[in-house]
Amino acid sequence: MSSIQALESTISRLGHQVGPGEKIKFDQLEIAIGYYNRQPEALIQILHRAQELFGYLRPDVVEYVAQTLKLPASQVHGVISFYSFFSTVPRGKYTIMACMGTACYVRGAEQVVQAFEKELSIQRGQTTPDGLFSLKCVRCLGACGMAPVIMIGEDVHSKLRPDGVKKVIRQYT
Amino acid sequence: MTPTELEQLQKRAAEALSLRLQKRQVKSNGKPAERVLLICAGGACISCGEAPVWEALEKELVRNNLHDTVHMVQTGCMSACDMGPLVIVRPDNILYQHVKPEDAARIVQQHMLRDEPVTELMYRPHPEADPIPNPDEIPFFSKQVKIVLETCGIIDPENIEEYIAMEGYAALAKAVSAMTPQQVIDEVKASGIRGRGGAGFPTAIKWQMLHNAPGSEKYIICNADEGDPGAFMDRSVLEGDPHRVLEAMALAAYATGASKGFIYVRAEYPLAIRRLQIALEQARRYGLLGRRILGSDFSFGIEIRVGAGAFVCGEETALMASVQGRRGMPRPRPPFPTDSGIHDKPTSINNVETFASIPAIVRRGGKWYAGIGTEKSTGTKVFALAGNVNATGLVEVPMGTTLREIIFEIGGGIPGGKKFKAAQTGGPSGGCIPAEHLDLPLDFDSLQQIGSIVGSGGLVVMDEDSCMVDVAKFFMDFCVDESCGKCPPCRVGTKQIYKTLQKICDGKGSEDDLAILDDLCDVLRSSSLCGLGQTSPNPTMSTLRHFRDEYEAHIKGHKCPAKVCKQLLTYIINLEKCTGCSLCARNCPTDAISRIDGQRKYVIDQDKCIHCGKCHEVCRFAAVAIE
Repeated sequence: MSSIQALESTISRLGHQVGPGEKIKFDQLEIAIGYYNRQPEALIQILHRAQELFGYLRPDVVEYVAQTLKLPASQVHGVISFYSFFSTVPRGKYTIMACMGTACYVRGAEQVVQAFEKELSIQRGQTTPDGLFSLKCVRCLGACGMAPVIMIGEDVHSKLRPDGVKKVIRQYT
Repeated sequence: MTPTELEQLQKRAAEALSLRLQKRQVKSNGKPAERVLLICAGGACISCGEAPVWEALEKELVRNNLHDTVHMVQTGCMSACDMGPLVIVRPDNILYQHVKPEDAARIVQQHMLRDEPVTELMYRPHPEADPIPNPDEIPFFSKQVKIVLETCGIIDPENIEEYIAMEGYAALAKAVSAMTPQQVIDEVKASGIRGRGGAGFPTAIKWQMLHNAPGSEKYIICNADEGDPGAFMDRSVLEGDPHRVLEAMALAAYATGASKGFIYVRAEYPLAIRRLQIALEQARRYGLLGRRILGSDFSFGIEIRVGAGAFVCGEETALMASVQGRRGMPRPRPPFPTDSGIHDKPTSINNVETFASIPAIVRRGGKWYAGIGTEKSTGTKVFALAGNVNATGLVEVPMGTTLREIIFEIGGGIPGGKKFKAAQTGGPSGGCIPAEHLDLPLDFDSLQQIGSIVGSGGLVVMDEDSCMVDVAKFFMDFCVDESCGKCPPCRVGTKQIYKTLQKICDGKGSEDDLAILDDLCDVLRSSSLCGLGQTSPNPTMSTLRHFRDEYEAHIKGHKCPAKVCKQLLTYIINLEKCTGCSLCARNCPTDAISRIDGQRKYVIDQDKCIHCGKCHEVCRFAAVAIE
């Protein structure tokens, strides 16, 4: 069975429709899998690409990856659950990654996170109801000289104070 | 490309770079015909607005018709993160700090056109001091010795020819054309370099073991999973000078007979990943990686593997599992990776900073390197200076430099006139060093003696406002989170230590708890499977050793001397400052604040107070005092 057939059968079994936009994403994922010569060893790299394309690791996408790499789905799930970068639930359009490294901590990162929680009315680890922001505490981002820092996408916001949180959020709304 | 062609290219490229390397006073030599603006594009400078500064300068140069005589270069990290965005003007050698887009007009019109440097943008040790235009005279830079960061902040990391201009890949050319693999190892051995990732294992011994291992399938791995909170030198090297690491990996492969390499880099460093990809592509195109490197029989290829957010993957056996797409769980050693690593084949794993020291060692000789630093810890170490210190950033100094020199001379001391309390080195595997050890030389062995480690080189300074019990709890919380769960001492022990520390911070600790902590730490240290578990008690043990009085203040006196642990604080309303606005009472979650009868003043009922600190936070008149 070709990979596209495999994909379609997987998706129909899970009760999803493959729309044209979806198909492009799967094609792009297929390119990444091909780049790594379908080696099971490249699983983490392929999951990164899948998450980039689909926003999060959807069950059908995970099953597709497992099938194409000829890995048991349990093993793929084992890897996904081990690494904090992978998410199996939808995330906001923007993930606010608040650094919880030592330098940020001693310079008041906790208060900054609390300010985000208050401003967005969500707790860390949650997503706003409008699907715009997710708030996540992460490991050291390596910008300790500018502590406390947060990252949204590839933007780094540095030397944040609780009263500067509103301004950061406004840039993305 | 052959070694001779590389040499010719080096000469050509160096010429193109000569303007950037000149440093001369303009006044005595007249206006230079050409100038170059070096603009730092390190992570920190990007985060405080390097891109708009670049655009503004570019626009201003074009507007003044100077774009042919004033060149602009985006460089890697210049290491003084606190001064960003940074611009250095050469050949004048003048440094501008905290440059904003609106400063572009002044820099161009005043300095570039009229030859009058902008004094307002120069560095000053304190607001009333005279400006110091020359970066080489600023204490933060002048006391550093750069080997790892030699070209970081001078060259464009996305242009291989600039690295070649600075004698890049010359060590590789020397090795493949004039040295045997054993000679390369001998040179590294003579340098005495020990691994910069944390454990301080001699690099030459590792390479020798891989060299001696039988078979032809061998691997070299660069550990760029820089996970220690507070360390960011690997990131700066990868972002600012990626070719240095690639060259060193090729040297390692040549010396050991490996044919394939992996760089395992954190997903949190997208810019480093991108610059590595560019560098790899360029090195392949120039024949410096791939088949028959520099016309020799030696072939070597490198692939990037991106991590996915697991601290334990910095441990070498876990890292190898992750490189092969599995859960990053460590396994017992032996077998050591040099016997059985990737695909069960011999593998050598070295850290980014270790690799970044290698090209200079091969080029200039191991003996030269061994002359720097101390007898048993040779060379330089890059420390990531952060936390409560005036100048933050990367500091490369000879091993054996004292903590006092780094924090007070290079780092400019503690801001706000506060008192130094402790320096945390080595992240969650390291310890806290108190003021009495400020004059201790920083090297592998002396730090170990006082219960800390050099580790990856994170150096977080803490002032009197940091509670050491809370700091110990912070690191233990980190280890609880990052424990992979495979071995019980780490999985269960970290949690128990955390709970005990939490109890003490909540004011519910007893004197027995200190003995329990000592015991638990001992078990973890001696019986955990991997380095993460074995070293996880270090922050707790070192604070117990050096700051026992703070633990006792929490337990016996029910006080947090640094006023951090909320449960041990008493909130009191200062009646003289209270205006009776009632904001605190309305925000109190337990209705513990009420109006004093007949007065427009409020008071806190200490029995109802849950120490949440809300009243202190909301009061606009600073009337809520903490005791």
